[in-house]
Amino acid sequence: MEKSLEKIYTYYVNNEGNIISLLQDIQSEFGYIPEDAVNWLSKRLEIPASRFFGITTFYAQFHLAPRGKNVITACCGTACHVKGSEKLITGLLKELDLPEGESTTADKQFTAEKVNCVGACSIAPVVIINDKVHGKMTADGLIKEILKLREKEIEA
Amino acid sequence: MGTGGLAAGGQEVMNAFKTQLKGKGITADIRKNCSLHKVGCRGLCAKDVLVDITLRNVKTTYQFISPDMVARIIEEHIIGGTPVQEWAVSEDYHQFHDKQFKIVLSDCGLIDPEDIHSYINVGGYDALKQVLDTMSREETIDVIRKSGLRGRGGAGFPTGTKWDACFKAVSDQKYIICNADEGDPGAFMDRAIIEGNPHSVIEGMIIGAYSIGSDKGYVYIRAEYPLAVERLRMALTQAREEKFLGRNILGKNFDFDIKIKLGAGAFVCGESTALMFSIEGKRGMPRVTPPRSTEAGLWKKPTCLNNVETFANVPYIIRNSAEWYASYGTEKSKGTKVFALTGKIKNSGLIEVPMGIPLREIIYDIGGGIENNKKIKAVQMGGPSGGCIPADKLDVPVDFESLTALGAMVGSGGLVVMDEDSCMVDVAKYFLQFTQSESCGKCTPCRIGTKRLLEILERITQGEGRAGDIDLLLDLSADIKVSSLCGLGQSAPNPILTTIRYFRDELEAHVRDKKCPAGVCRKLLAYFIYAERCKGCGACIRACPSGAITGKKKQPHQIDADACIKCGSCFTVCKFKAIGRE
Repeated sequence: MEKSLEKIYTYYVNNEGNIISLLQDIQSEFGYIPEDAVNWLSKRLEIPASRFFGITTFYAQFHLAPRGKNVITACCGTACHVKGSEKLITGLLKELDLPEGESTTADKQFTAEKVNCVGACSIAPVVIINDKVHGKMTADGLIKEILKLREKEIEA
Repeated sequence: MGTGGLAAGGQEVMNAFKTQLKGKGITADIRKNCSLHKVGCRGLCAKDVLVDITLRNVKTTYQFISPDMVARIIEEHIIGGTPVQEWAVSEDYHQFHDKQFKIVLSDCGLIDPEDIHSYINVGGYDALKQVLDTMSREETIDVIRKSGLRGRGGAGFPTGTKWDACFKAVSDQKYIICNADEGDPGAFMDRAIIEGNPHSVIEGMIIGAYSIGSDKGYVYIRAEYPLAVERLRMALTQAREEKFLGRNILGKNFDFDIKIKLGAGAFVCGESTALMFSIEGKRGMPRVTPPRSTEAGLWKKPTCLNNVETFANVPYIIRNSAEWYASYGTEKSKGTKVFALTGKIKNSGLIEVPMGIPLREIIYDIGGGIENNKKIKAVQMGGPSGGCIPADKLDVPVDFESLTALGAMVGSGGLVVMDEDSCMVDVAKYFLQFTQSESCGKCTPCRIGTKRLLEILERITQGEGRAGDIDLLLDLSADIKVSSLCGLGQSAPNPILTTIRYFRDELEAHVRDKKCPAGVCRKLLAYFIYAERCKGCGACIRACPSGAITGKKKQPHQIDADACIKCGSCFTVCKFKAIGRE
């Protein structure tokens, strides 16, 4: 970890970065914001760790826990909402068997999350599966996509 | 070919054309027609993928194209010379465009957003040359002021006035910022513009920077728009290569460059002071104004912040004159506005219309009316800060003042159509959930007040409404509006207020009768089976997740009301309309 952090630190110093860009770099390196990484940088930069966590928890983009191998993001924009995104989300949580308040499955295979709007409203409701946008999604279609991902995992 | 176009298979269609044409030894100019849904700016996203074929100067547009259709188009049209009529766009495609007037979107859908020369060929960067060659800063600002251009981010502040204030501010450093943090759910104009014609935004920013005397610019863009970010990055690199950005631009002793700042997912950062804090790397919490940003903005330096669409208008105004621009629109709202037309509408997509056009014409003439020929109930405008305009007010002219008078707003330009199946209480609750979770927490009335509003609405939609709830909502809303610092809190109660104003009956039905007339609020529904229609096929039994439906084959089934979780699965799955709900 230290080696990558050193690299992030050097880039920060050379490019007049700020805490947000620093955190974005940490997240793209580790997939989430590990507490140890924050503490390391906090010491190094002499910026209180609380400042980092204040920003981490303010912005929806940052995650404090590791995420699943597959990330399924349901759009909750207005158009998606009136076209039934709520049902998709209920179905998704049920299919992944996620308890209330949890977003990642215990086996770390799936993370289910919501996004405010991805701006693809004319093909609502929209679900993003591992960075690929799927429009006009149905509850059944979503379950099929999840099954496909599970099969892939078994094959591998 | 934008986010939506790629989702609809735009890339696959293009690849199919590429390989099959190559196989037949035909050279054709396959252009990535920009943006949103491959046709982005032509806008008819509902009919993706659209493909244009121009043969001997005759253009044919095809709709709903998939890769397996490509072979026939090549065979019959490109080689044979006869278009495949049955796949060509229909009447409503033309209707969709007839009432539109395109300025910002005029080149979108025609040019390749990934090639600066494609933009230069249609007059791109001519406005910049004209400004640097022949116009002083004051003259440039004057043209913008005379054009009547107002901020397209929602508030409608006169752009010329803002530029002038920033120009007059005395400082060793000034900044210009493009706000591309399009956070309103249901709006995607800014994304479409950047994906379709990024250079128009860059050119507008350079002209702005010259006018106010700035050498550093930022585009604050949502990380949720990866394709727009990529295209913008590409466009900036190309603009630098062509000497439109950097040191000594076009040899005129003017330095300016633009950096991209990625948003980190906070709606409140669309507010200008919060956005600037976010660029500085802090929590994006709005501050008290004055001082205005034009006096002390980013790092306390004079800063001019405009929306994507505002900047994109600038090159066209300079090229065509202020008078030309001001000849469109109404007395107080000049020019055109881009809207994202979505929801329960036939032709959903991106449109650009002159200000002042009646809302009805947008819905019926351009949008083609309501999906499945249902009845329109309301149009939601302005996102979480706006409100719902009821069906009987559809003749309202779409401009800043008229919409505000109705309790809605132009806002960023999201236009979501609701039909009789949409519950207005549910919609109000939806927006409240949004503003409540996006409140930055600085002002207590916004942080806690929206939470309380939401709790009341949740209670109402769960059948636990009490007498006096509506008055309580009104009271609390009024307090939040006057005691919040920024636009988020000041406008957060708007969706509730318009629901009370125009759909009080529906709200009262929830509170008093514990009924949801639109059949949306789950807890208020009861499902039952019409025995005379039920064929006893068992589809609902298989679909029911809670085992609440019983019955013998070929005999009418029953629903056990106590076991029913009201998920509606049986309602969706029944082919005989034998499931009823009330």
